[in-house]
Amino acid sequence: MQIDLFITCLNDALFPQTGLAMARLLRRLGHTVRFNEAQTCCGQMHFNTGYQAEALPLIRKFVQDFRDAEVIVAPSGSCVAFVRDLYPKAAEWAGDEVLLAQVQELGTRTFELSEFLVKVLGVEDVGASYPHRVTYHPTCHAARLLRVGDAPLKLLQNVRGLSLVELPASDQCCGFGGTFSVKNPETSTAMLADKVANVMSTRAEVCTAGDNSCLMHIGGGLSRLQSGTGVVHLAEILASVEGEG
Amino acid sequence: MSAGGLHPSQPFPDAARETLADAQMRRNLRHAAGTIREKRLRAVAEVANWEDIRTQGASIKDTVLGNLAEHLLELEASVKRRGGQVHWARDAGEAQRLVADLVAAQGVSEVIKVKSISTDEIELNAALEARGIHATETDLAELIVQLAEDRPSHILVPAIHKNRAEIRELFRHKLGADLLTDDPAVLAEAARVYLREKFLTTKVAISGANFAIADTGTVCIVESEGNGRMCLTLPDVLISVMGIEKVLPSWADIAPFMQLLPRSSTAERMNPYTSFWSGITPGDGPQHFHLILLDNGRTDVLADKVGRETLRCIRCSACLNVCPVYERAGGHAYGSVYPGPIGAILTPQLLQLEDENANSLPWASSLCGACYDACPVKINIPEILIYLRGQITPHKTPNAESIAMKTAAWIFNEPHRFEGAIKLAHTGQGPLVQHGAIRALPGMLGGWTSSRNLPPFPKQSFRELWRRENEGEQ
Ligand code: SF4
Repeated sequence: MQIDLFITCLNDALFPQTGLAMARLLRRLGHTVRFNEAQTCCGQMHFNTGYQAEALPLIRKFVQDFRDAEVIVAPSGSCVAFVRDLYPKAAEWAGDEVLLAQVQELGTRTFELSEFLVKVLGVEDVGASYPHRVTYHPTCHAARLLRVGDAPLKLLQNVRGLSLVELPASDQCCGFGGTFSVKNPETSTAMLADKVANVMSTRAEVCTAGDNSCLMHIGGGLSRLQSGTGVVHLAEILASVEGEG
Repeated sequence: MSAGGLHPSQPFPDAARETLADAQMRRNLRHAAGTIREKRLRAVAEVANWEDIRTQGASIKDTVLGNLAEHLLELEASVKRRGGQVHWARDAGEAQRLVADLVAAQGVSEVIKVKSISTDEIELNAALEARGIHATETDLAELIVQLAEDRPSHILVPAIHKNRAEIRELFRHKLGADLLTDDPAVLAEAARVYLREKFLTTKVAISGANFAIADTGTVCIVESEGNGRMCLTLPDVLISVMGIEKVLPSWADIAPFMQLLPRSSTAERMNPYTSFWSGITPGDGPQHFHLILLDNGRTDVLADKVGRETLRCIRCSACLNVCPVYERAGGHAYGSVYPGPIGAILTPQLLQLEDENANSLPWASSLCGACYDACPVKINIPEILIYLRGQITPHKTPNAESIAMKTAAWIFNEPHRFEGAIKLAHTGQGPLVQHGAIRALPGMLGGWTSSRNLPPFPKQSFRELWRRENEGEQ
């Protein structure tokens, strides 16, 4: 299959290794990957913070950038959920029928990495090896909007050498919420404190998730507490093969 | 008392900073919310077709909202036919005057109340007090809040932020009750003795309404303690204040809500007391019934195609109990009788998005979506939050945030600008990076780094690395 990478602005700027890992992984599974350098940002930050007029051009640009893609895969549940769930709302609220039809169609071609692997490709064992104690945090958008369910867990369970430990109260939000953590830092911190305590209680070496935004938040808290637990994106674990990681 | 009304006295982040400091309240809340969350999941799992009932509940509400005026007129006619009287109140002030006049006409200075958020919304108790009328709350939790001269912090469990020891002290002090333990049964008994006397001696009762049925003129109250039933049957005069969105077309429409409401709110299969009354019955129960139909901003919410969904709410409080923000900050941080996720969308809308403090509420959410999953009438709260943010933002005066957002959008519109900005960030971050992490950010981002580190920008962005790795291939 020809797969278009949707790297997301945060991954592009701050976590390039995640995008590279995803590309490596998809190639290893026999697919061709493409990165259209015209892409920048899906507009989620603007739209969700209230800057809808600023988000609309970014949405239109996204439609343009990915118009020829067969499938679009991203290492981010929240950006995919935004494209699939809220692009249609954005078009509706703007009263743009043409855009609405375009984004509805686009949504059917856009996937988060773990759901793409398990639900679209039907692969649960990607041949990875990662000999570490790992706990998994299901991010809110992947779990509640995309309903990726246990797809990430199935993938992790098949990784050689990996011991998966359950995260207590895993369904609780980590408190990131994009600009929420900037606008309501104290409330966000109270949420993060519980998440970090739960992660630390697992004594995992690594906390993983399908979204670097949440991991940046959780990792930021873990690092401030010098907890010794690190954060690694799911794509990087799945891309690891023996002798690495 | 539970006066409270809709107007927050400060923006959410400031109020939350204060409430978050109350460690006892946070412990109380965490315990209560955690327990009820678990129980609700079990109660809901028992119903095989829960999703269908949710859909049915949502669609009945939408039908009502699609034709609200007609249903209300029918309700008015039916109530009158049954010997009740109907009054229309455009805003809180009108509703307060109506109730106070009706009470004053009876020549009494005391009323008893059934727990009612709509009367809290219009700050009825304080308004009555100003006219020399004292209202006694008869719901245990409301009574606790009233005696403590506190405000409710939860729509269903108004005293959720208080623990037993605190309540025992309060009853000792305010009711003069000699309490040997803080056993819940002992506490409840003390309240019962106090309230029984009120039920038997007070002539006028005031209630809200959970539902009202248009074609029969029947009003309904759903409760757990039985105090409501006492208020609805013993006094001579009953005054019910009802938000106009509470009307249902006919009897059959109430069935799904009788399943949705108790399981979502108290995690019970059925609530202990459900009272229905249609007008008056000579020789039985109150001989005068007044129904006050309260607008207070609701028709404005109704007029908004997206916001309208908010009026489906049946005030079950499920969204509060699953909300991580509510659980930490507590109900008082929302500054309105409607706290939690529903409050974050309802309060600013009822105030026509004109109250600056209330307008901070749509941002009091991480958009985690737990509320939408829990809501028995499928109100898409996260979506409405985002919608309201988009309605409010353009009317704000330009500030550091809007400038940053507009600049970011300008950058994102061109890939080469984006690439340049990442490079610039990498170079510019130099002094901020210590031991491989950013520990303190300037300005409005400072709150972030108060509790967490940020990773620094790497030397090369994805697109640069990609270009290098894939050179010649494309
Ligand atoms: S919004 Fe939904 S969950 Fe929240 S109180 Fe209303 S009906 Fe219940």
